[in-house]
Amino acid sequence: MAPEPQLPETRRSGESGYLLPQLFRVESRRRETRDIYTLTLTAVEEGRKWPFAPGQFNMLSVFGLGEVPISISGDPARPGHLVHTIRAVGAVTRSLCRLERGAVLGVRGPFGTCWPLKEAEERDLVIVAGGLGLAPLRGAIYHALAHRAAYGNVELIYGTRTPEDILYYKELQAWRGRFDVRVHVTVDTAPPSWRGNVGVVTRLIDRARFDGPHTVAFVCGPGVMMRFTVQELLTRGLTLDNIYVSLERNMQCGLGLCGHCQLGPVFICRDGPVFPYSRVKDWFERREA
Amino acid sequence: METVEAVLGAHPFFKGLTSRHLGAVAACGRLVQFKAGEFLCRDSEEALDFFAIISGSVAVEIFTARRGPLATSTVGEGEVLGWLWFDKPYHWHLDARARQFTRAVALEVKALKEACEADHDLGYEVMKRYAHHLAVQFRIARLQLVDMYGS
Repeated sequence: MAPEPQLPETRRSGESGYLLPQLFRVESRRRETRDIYTLTLTAVEEGRKWPFAPGQFNMLSVFGLGEVPISISGDPARPGHLVHTIRAVGAVTRSLCRLERGAVLGVRGPFGTCWPLKEAEERDLVIVAGGLGLAPLRGAIYHALAHRAAYGNVELIYGTRTPEDILYYKELQAWRGRFDVRVHVTVDTAPPSWRGNVGVVTRLIDRARFDGPHTVAFVCGPGVMMRFTVQELLTRGLTLDNIYVSLERNMQCGLGLCGHCQLGPVFICRDGPVFPYSRVKDWFERREA
Repeated sequence: METVEAVLGAHPFFKGLTSRHLGAVAACGRLVQFKAGEFLCRDSEEALDFFAIISGSVAVEIFTARRGPLATSTVGEGEVLGWLWFDKPYHWHLDARARQFTRAVALEVKALKEACEADHDLGYEVMKRYAHHLAVQFRIARLQLVDMYGS
């Protein structure tokens, strides 16, 4: 059985890894979709582990260019390998996605809150991901499947734009082959050759098997997708406290000091990125926030 | 033997109908089945039936000149297909193709409308379900229009 993921106990400023980037080397790079790549990193310092909890993120830096927050999408039971799935959208992320095996980059972290896997035990677990939102949830899926007996029904609902945009295709297939988890995948549009579901991700919530009042949901994806997903989950009997969302903002320091990622009374990098929906609901739905 | 009434009674769309109303709806229906690749309806054809899907899966497609047929949704067990039948011009505006062996109840639209006119209580029950179905379809269409995952 995989070990329990542990949150770092403290986050003291100046502690190694939080303020000063640590050197990591690209062990492999894998192209997931047209513009999304997965990097597996190992510490340059031999044997160094990087314990993290699913849902947390690291700040990755390309020296001389900049630093970006990227969710950790690897298995928390394998802290020696840092896995990050990155969409090439800006100068830094494009540069990260071009890094070849052996290239060195900087890593600070891990930062932020994690998916409440412990609290979800003995309940049904519904994981709803949209697009690249599957990446921050993958660690939670690894954990739930490694500790399968601790949960009731486990339902993974994943939606993305087209079949070509599906992340972790082979893993989804492997999970779908298990008898102890139900995997629902849908795309917004597809050619006739696609044999799976077509339609928005919220439609699949109706088909999932879970007991609303005894369910915990983890949701990650674009804001509008999360908003509508939460509405559907509420109609299935979940409460605001049992729905967790992962938010994304302009995170820069990772320590809640610079204020760039402030959303109302919270700093996403320090108080999040994973929040119970009840805590961010008012700000999440506010247009000017 | 499987009857239309029994099948419709177990279908979520008709859940809660009284047995009298269920009987009236069932009188408009017949059991149909489609092989994979077979069309349930084609764009521009007259909309004669409204389908309650019992099993299988149906792709709702739009034909585009540049990309060919594009599936915009799939309809499966416990769902209904065809929400354009209730208003003029009573033509399908989509193609619906079975993606696997699919069974359904085809409800004859003309007969169903007549039954609703003859019994307004039944008409109201059908309309409530129809309105809910439309509301869901509108929510879905809005989300698809937003292109949530557009990068």
